[in-house]
Amino acid sequence: MPNKWRQALRNPLALSGFIIIFGILLLAILAPLIAPYDPNAIDVKAILLPPSLQHPMGTDGLGRDVFSRMLFGARISLLVGIVAVGIATSIGIVLGAISGYYRGWVDVVIMRLVDVMLSIPTFFLILAVIAFLTPSIWNIMIVIGLTSWMGVTRLVRAEFLSLRGREFVMASETLGARDFRMIFIHMLPNSLTPIMVSFVLGVASAVLVESGLSFLGLGVQAPQASWGNILTDGKEYIQFAWWLSLFPGVAILLTVLGYNLLGEGLRDVLDPRTTNTR
Amino acid sequence: MSEAILVARHLVKTYPQRGGLFGLGQQKVKALDDVSIQLNAGETLAVVGESGSGKSTLARCLLQLLPLDSGEVQFQGHDLAKLTGKELRAIRRDLQMVFQDPFASLNPRMRVGEIIAEGLLIHDLGTASEQQRKVVQMVKRVGLSEADLQKYPHEFSGGQRQRIGIARALVLEPKVVVCDEPVSALDVSIQAQILLLLRELQQEMQLSYLFITHDLRVVRHIADQVAVMYKGRVVEQGDVDSLYQSPQQEYTRNLLNAIPGRRPLAGLAAAG
Repeated sequence: MPNKWRQALRNPLALSGFIIIFGILLLAILAPLIAPYDPNAIDVKAILLPPSLQHPMGTDGLGRDVFSRMLFGARISLLVGIVAVGIATSIGIVLGAISGYYRGWVDVVIMRLVDVMLSIPTFFLILAVIAFLTPSIWNIMIVIGLTSWMGVTRLVRAEFLSLRGREFVMASETLGARDFRMIFIHMLPNSLTPIMVSFVLGVASAVLVESGLSFLGLGVQAPQASWGNILTDGKEYIQFAWWLSLFPGVAILLTVLGYNLLGEGLRDVLDPRTTNTR
Repeated sequence: MSEAILVARHLVKTYPQRGGLFGLGQQKVKALDDVSIQLNAGETLAVVGESGSGKSTLARCLLQLLPLDSGEVQFQGHDLAKLTGKELRAIRRDLQMVFQDPFASLNPRMRVGEIIAEGLLIHDLGTASEQQRKVVQMVKRVGLSEADLQKYPHEFSGGQRQRIGIARALVLEPKVVVCDEPVSALDVSIQAQILLLLRELQQEMQLSYLFITHDLRVVRHIADQVAVMYKGRVVEQGDVDSLYQSPQQEYTRNLLNAIPGRRPLAGLAAAG
């Protein structure tokens, strides 16, 4: 395994993704130390100032420092992304494992459920659900998590179907192992690689969904900063305050790009079937 | 010496196969078609046949890794198919298997020590230190060293991995071991070593082997009894010497003639 990590760092795709994500993660964690201003402090004497040394990314319509808001917004975006995908992945592992291990009618029921969920456009489902709930960061995480587990479920199921016929799993059964042991000692550890890749790729889309929801005002609520609602604030001033839209837009782009690069890079390195394709 | 320990009667196993327009029709392929075999205590029964003759299916059905359509497997006075899950798991201790592909049969994420100890752990045999002692003893017996216990399977060659697979099966001190082509994935030079090891262990531990192979050269070395399978059926069964000297079936004669470097049997020309 350590070899694989070193190999991953030599892959330019994975490395660039890793650097971007690591950088953003660092900025998010150190936000209170780096931020020059309180992200929610209103300063009526400094409204809509363009980027300068005092305000590296300018100020918004209420005179708040955009750079500080961006840093705290990064925390929200990453937190939502990681927790939401964590929920989705947990559900996916459980359902996929049950489906792939026991097969039969359980498998049929779970797979049809997946089909039904997939047939509904996720973003609109989330919009509809959020409309009924009070928009809050916790609700967003849970709703995104509950509507994006289908891919992982299929993935884990497919892994389990193929692992179930592998000789080392049969060997364990021959030794007298129970289902629990075969699933958790033999099959799950051997499906972690694709699960990890799908986790990283999933975070990218969750970040995007969160930004979209916040942009529409259904996500993180003011005054709490999120990249999505900074964008919304900027929309009104876009003709003369470009910095309000540019910086959060670029941040979202970079994050999504970073996660996708890391995910694809990891897949190339960890999956022997796609090695040397790039 | 010739008391039956594992008896299979009238085993039938079919696989569904989709066919016809849009895969709507369903045909059944008979992998086992009324197969009956008997393994005597302390002996080796070789099951011989070409690819697709149902040998591996037979092994897996005997071990209840695949469900049978009909027929029964008698082991130690129990019909294995009728046991509950718990009873079956308990009885598996005495009925072990060595797999064909030494690269697929070991969990790549477990250390060799963990792999060999797994059976002891599952059946909760002895204290941790007794288990450790047994594992060390077993790993040395199959020709590896104690230091190898800390390594992962990918650090070993095919022959060494097969030794690990043998150790995993035999550390439970089973009565019957089903060997599913245990040497067919190995180099010829390694094959002899593994066969020798299996034979020594058989004598030391009073094991009975059900030995599945497509290689008749191997059979002569290791078997007491032979069952020849062809298209899911046992076409000929008997002790190894009489089968080699006077094969009764056309198919068996063809198999024997196919052994590389073997001269045509004298009786064959006359028979036709």
